[in-house]
Amino acid sequence: MNAWSVCGRWLAGAALAAVFFSSVPGWAQIKVLDENQAPGRAMAQQATKGREIWITADHSLHPILKKEFKSGPEVTESCLSCHELAAGQFQKTIHWTWLDPNVDPKLRVGKGGLSMNNFCINIQSNEPRCTSCHAGYGWKDKTFDFSNAHSVDCLACHEQTGTYHKFPTGAGNPVSEPTVFKEDGKTYMPPEWNKVAQSVGRPTRQNCGTCHFFGGGGDGVKHGDMDSSLMKPNKELDVHMGTDGQNFDCVRCHTTRVHHIAGRIYSTPAAKGRKSLIEDDLTPKIMCESCHSRTPHKPGVKANAHTDKVACQSCHISTYARVNPTTMWWDWSKAGQMKEGKPYKELDEFGKPGYDTKKGEFKWARNVVPEYYWFNGSLTTLTARDTIDPSGVVAVGWPNGDKNDANARIFPFKVHRGRQPYDKVNKTLVIPRLFGKEGTGAYWADYDWDKSAAAGMAYAGLPFSGELGFVDSTYVFPITHMVAPKDKAVQCQECHSKNGRLRNLGGFYMPGRDVNKPIQVMGWILVLGSLAGVFFHGLGRMVARGKKED
Amino acid sequence: MTQTEMVNVYLYTRYERFWHWLQTTLIVLLLMTGFEINGLFRLFGFKLATEIHEYAGLSWLIAFAFFVFWLFTTGEWRQYIPTTRKMLTVIRYYTYGIFRGEAHPVPKRKDAKHNPLQRLVYLSLAAILLPIQMITGFLYWGYNSWPDWGLNWLSLEVVASIHLAGAFGVLSFLIVHLYMITTGHTLFAHTRAMITGWEQVAEGTPIDDWERKDRGKSAECS
Repeated sequence: MNAWSVCGRWLAGAALAAVFFSSVPGWAQIKVLDENQAPGRAMAQQATKGREIWITADHSLHPILKKEFKSGPEVTESCLSCHELAAGQFQKTIHWTWLDPNVDPKLRVGKGGLSMNNFCINIQSNEPRCTSCHAGYGWKDKTFDFSNAHSVDCLACHEQTGTYHKFPTGAGNPVSEPTVFKEDGKTYMPPEWNKVAQSVGRPTRQNCGTCHFFGGGGDGVKHGDMDSSLMKPNKELDVHMGTDGQNFDCVRCHTTRVHHIAGRIYSTPAAKGRKSLIEDDLTPKIMCESCHSRTPHKPGVKANAHTDKVACQSCHISTYARVNPTTMWWDWSKAGQMKEGKPYKELDEFGKPGYDTKKGEFKWARNVVPEYYWFNGSLTTLTARDTIDPSGVVAVGWPNGDKNDANARIFPFKVHRGRQPYDKVNKTLVIPRLFGKEGTGAYWADYDWDKSAAAGMAYAGLPFSGELGFVDSTYVFPITHMVAPKDKAVQCQECHSKNGRLRNLGGFYMPGRDVNKPIQVMGWILVLGSLAGVFFHGLGRMVARGKKED
Repeated sequence: MTQTEMVNVYLYTRYERFWHWLQTTLIVLLLMTGFEINGLFRLFGFKLATEIHEYAGLSWLIAFAFFVFWLFTTGEWRQYIPTTRKMLTVIRYYTYGIFRGEAHPVPKRKDAKHNPLQRLVYLSLAAILLPIQMITGFLYWGYNSWPDWGLNWLSLEVVASIHLAGAFGVLSFLIVHLYMITTGHTLFAHTRAMITGWEQVAEGTPIDDWERKDRGKSAECS
């Protein structure tokens, strides 16, 4: 045995040992980071594990919050004595204006302006009912002073007792004495002002959800991916918000700068750059990419190559309204039917109103498969000034973006279909006056569409011909909440097949769904021809051999 | 039928047989998974079918490169040189003579494994159809890199359609090929040869000089 071979063996042994020890955790005594883990996951875990309270103020100890309050504006005044910039900041945000900040204010785009939907249609002339969700006090009509700092409702977003309720028809005001809301028989109590004022803190799901889960006048009516089930969801319903998981509050992703809360605002995408927090740690934490990066799957997994065209939501939210049902259809043309001369409600199999004299016919659904469209993060909504083509289905709201738009992804949507009033002569959607006293034209009091439309349009300062019709309409909501755990993601086959989820999304070739018909037909002719050829050739050989053996 | 003495000839080397069956496996896998991806049936599921298809395709691409290397270093490429000589005789045999029990006009020999018809078909397959499948398949696989490769002008539908057309061509070849292996002097003679390497041919069959792969050289060198 020479020195070389001894040396060689020793080296080989050492190398093997090194490989062995480094592969056994603990032995190597070095904690190797899991390279397969998305950086955002690691960051999220880091941020949520062992989270410590960093709050430096206890509002229950503030003398100014111990004085006797009789109304919301008084509380606001106290808040502003320390947070003197807060009202000014807040009044610039969409939570206050209810208008698209990036569109000429004269166009009045936004739910506080003339933008339409196919739920309760528009708030003009219906303010006391609709603005109960406004983070302000007293927006009961056009005279509301948007510059009054004391009208800002700090408590709606910041109180933490869970006892602060604004009255549904109170134009954003809570009641001053116990009051029954006839619609649901619930008694609303005046707030214990000191308690709620002293409880303030960072907004929780309860704060955001009180309005956003009940949009359209009821639980799950509007969005489908946001309803009361998200108050305390489990991981199965929302992998980020699950109380048995990461337990994220809304503001964990909807980050805030001087009261501007990150999120899509009508025609403005939630975030323009698809950046991760590693690339830019000041980027609003609103996109999935912010935490999960653009290639969130394990290296080599095909799904990583989909992220340029397919939104994360498309695969990771396979169905929405997984716990509570959501409305899919609202037919205003059926409203007004009476039973024994009286308005009535009929509940459907979900225990939700299938018919309501005030509102018409509804269809609800649970576990709904979304519809998919190209989406660059912005939506367009018709206003009551826009002319429509009533011969077809009117898209009242639709996603912007197409397959050639670098910022557009295939995105899941709830499409709410309905029938709503329109002006047959002017060819515009109609703003009806719904809420109000008898004799004011309010539909929910007078049950007369012509009067309701005339009153609503006059209030909004828009022409109405007097000829009212009903038109089919659609309205879209991006589905972005209720992200399921990864093992519940949409499987490849569900899109890559003839009648899959993307069957209606044309304009591009998709493997598994699309096939060039002429090639396919010619191909099968060739294959069948080959089969026939060899069949008859073989038959010929058999016959010939048979003859010879005779 | 006149009885002819058959002799065993070692026709296919270990590598040739390995390559043949590897290619068989890959082609069958690729055809099955490819047609599944096209929605013809459901066996593996889209995801697994795609993964198998990609791995099989890339494996084939690498193995094919070795095959081409082998072909040129061993000089076996000469077996694929097309010729018109005896072409009509072979065609006449398959359309007429075979039914009358005639002997194949171009019997197999170590240095002339393919008859003129086979040469033409195999050459078209190895030099045209399979490369087309490999190129379109590789492009298809690299779809997400097209912008980086400067191929933005390419249409996925065109690439996919050529790839599908090629697949039909391969399937058609497979059908005829499977049938043709039954045309030996017994039904399984050719199959046996492709497994063991030994083909049975009639003794004393003359071989023309052009059929030899190493024509001009002495036969002992082969």
